[in-house]
Amino acid sequence: MTSVYIHSAVSISAQNTFESDAWISQLTSNSDKKAKAIHPDYKDYISSLALRRMATGVKMGVTAATKALKNAEISEPDAILTGTGMGCIEDTEKFLNNIIANDEEFLTPTAFIQSTHNTVGAQIALGLNCKMYNNTYVHGALSFESALMDAQLLIQQSEAKNVLVGGIDELGAEFVDSVRMLEDQNSHGIKVPIGEGATFFVMSSEAKENAIELLDIQSFSQLKKEEVAKTLNDFLMENNLNHSDIDALVLGNNGDGFDDFYGTLSSEFSPHITSITYKKYIGEYFTASAFALFWGFKILSSQHIPEVLLQHKISKSSIKTILLYNQFKGRDHSFILLKSC
Amino acid sequence: MPSTEKNKAKNRVAITGMGIISAIGNTLEDNRTSLLSSTSGIGDLTHIHSKQAAHIKVGEVKLTNDELTTQLQLPKDTNFTRTALLGLMASKEAIKNATIKDMNEVRTGFISATTVGGMDKTEVHFKEFRTQSETQKYISSHHAGDSTQKIADALGVTDFVTTISTACSSSANAIMLGARLIKAGTLDRVIVGGTDALSKFTINGFKTLMILSDERCAPFDADRKGLNLGESAAYLVLESNDMALKNNKKVLAYLSGYGNANDAFHQTASSDTGEGAYLAMLKALKFANLDASQIDYVNAHGTATPNNDLSESVAIQRVFGEKVPDFSSTKVFTGHTLAAAGAVEAVFCILGLQEQIVFPNLNFKTRIPEIGLEPVTTLKQKKIQHILSNSFGFGGNCSSLIFSKP
Repeated sequence: MTSVYIHSAVSISAQNTFESDAWISQLTSNSDKKAKAIHPDYKDYISSLALRRMATGVKMGVTAATKALKNAEISEPDAILTGTGMGCIEDTEKFLNNIIANDEEFLTPTAFIQSTHNTVGAQIALGLNCKMYNNTYVHGALSFESALMDAQLLIQQSEAKNVLVGGIDELGAEFVDSVRMLEDQNSHGIKVPIGEGATFFVMSSEAKENAIELLDIQSFSQLKKEEVAKTLNDFLMENNLNHSDIDALVLGNNGDGFDDFYGTLSSEFSPHITSITYKKYIGEYFTASAFALFWGFKILSSQHIPEVLLQHKISKSSIKTILLYNQFKGRDHSFILLKSC
Repeated sequence: MPSTEKNKAKNRVAITGMGIISAIGNTLEDNRTSLLSSTSGIGDLTHIHSKQAAHIKVGEVKLTNDELTTQLQLPKDTNFTRTALLGLMASKEAIKNATIKDMNEVRTGFISATTVGGMDKTEVHFKEFRTQSETQKYISSHHAGDSTQKIADALGVTDFVTTISTACSSSANAIMLGARLIKAGTLDRVIVGGTDALSKFTINGFKTLMILSDERCAPFDADRKGLNLGESAAYLVLESNDMALKNNKKVLAYLSGYGNANDAFHQTASSDTGEGAYLAMLKALKFANLDASQIDYVNAHGTATPNNDLSESVAIQRVFGEKVPDFSSTKVFTGHTLAAAGAVEAVFCILGLQEQIVFPNLNFKTRIPEIGLEPVTTLKQKKIQHILSNSFGFGGNCSSLIFSKP
């Protein structure tokens, strides 16, 4: 079966991740209720005419996608895949508020047109004049993972060589406050901020020098806590790995009552395993897990994790294989294996 | 490699069950009866209070939310949105139709499509969420994955579950992904389709685009005035042919080809050349290893908007040349059911293969002058082996599927 490599990874997030790799030593935990993304100067990537009509998510998505393609030196991918949990919530709210405020009168189409979930994927295709396979996944905390699985499938089945894949979610202005309110009412609710961001990758069948390989990805709609160990074990075995082959974990802890899933998974490994969490920096959102892949990619490329982030010193001489694990409210579990070649 | 002819044959994707709820019936058999009697389900908007009601015609599912909740034996205080209710009705029928007894006897997935998600409840309660606690159960039901999760849980699918949203081609892409996962051997069986409820949000959205007709829609007619929105849910059960044969399953049809392309022309309008549609149809034919002349019937996207029908006609002529096969749009029966449309029309294609009948493009009178194509306008009995079905959406997303008789 064809191997799947990651040629580039670009993220716009609440940390300064877009411009350079310096963010890794500047990470700051965010204790706000919401975490806005640090926005690059979009004019460098999108014409000012187009920019005026674009909502935050579309700007972030198109820009992150453009840079990911540039970094991978790909002008036209064979497929464009996006994942988004809340879709274009800014324009959705705008159009909905206009319906409510004007009682279904005097409406204009722009916000409606841009409220559809596939807007980012469509705008990227339009910008590149790319007529190839194009798909958008909108399945809560598995939105990005579904897009990534499709990318893996396209490459493994030789349907595509280079695939652009990304996860996008924007905060929006109003709905998010209702979500935040429910979390705050619940003592076991999400403790990290609600965030936003866009993270894009170019996946490829081509093994470049120092390439990072996406070994495998699996997702499960439902998994009981007592099934985590066996599911992990099966996943590692299918990829001819033992627990001791995993050099680092990237986990999706968000401070809520379901964080013990991560504890359950971690307890299957040596207590000294290198383990990092990221949602305290970028916030929780349905496609936050795309950032885990971005960070995993960066760790394997740079072999660097700041010591302040670690409970234990890295015990291994090098980090070769990383496991990413995420879940949301005890469901929508995803396991991803990354390996440096 | 799976792309070799031998493996293609070996990994054929069999359709072993289907279910549907639409404006022309709450069950598969009701839908069949309405199609065979040329009875359209387009009428007045009754379930949603909207100022637009007097100016539009829609394809409403006749059952109310309360009736659906009772039929599905859900608790009265459930937070199932109408999208989820419709989806559960149709998917349960598909599973029964496929005689699935134990969901987890083989690796089974569920892939659903939606555009509105939980909007039917969000638009009613949006301004009450912060203050009225009884409405807050609909906060978590807003996102597009929610109806899929609820349906998967109710059906007992715990493994691979996902949701696709590419506007009006969504469920065609759900069917396509399911087929690819079966061919790759990732899943043994997968339930695929889509669900969309009518909402004020979509009604007003399409209204601002000025593409809603105040009469029953007339696809491919020179004087077509626009589309009728509809609501519906439809699902297919896909299995690997090997497994279906091994278990003596009745194969309703084969999904023999599929193609996905992007028009890359405009966020909402289709190109004059129908490039995306043309590419999607070509890809599907190539994948099925069929010549265009082997297609006996095209179930067109045919929304009855001036733009779509012209663009699609051009694309069809580019693919089929002088010999355009029988074609029709069945949106005259159900309205345009958005994310569900691809799955609804997949069910109609399979019914067409079973009955060996082309369902009519009602309301057609005059050919589009610059095209000169005439759809099938009355029930037409004929030998049908292969049907091509089109679904195109905002964002240039174009998908085509080919269904073949066993």
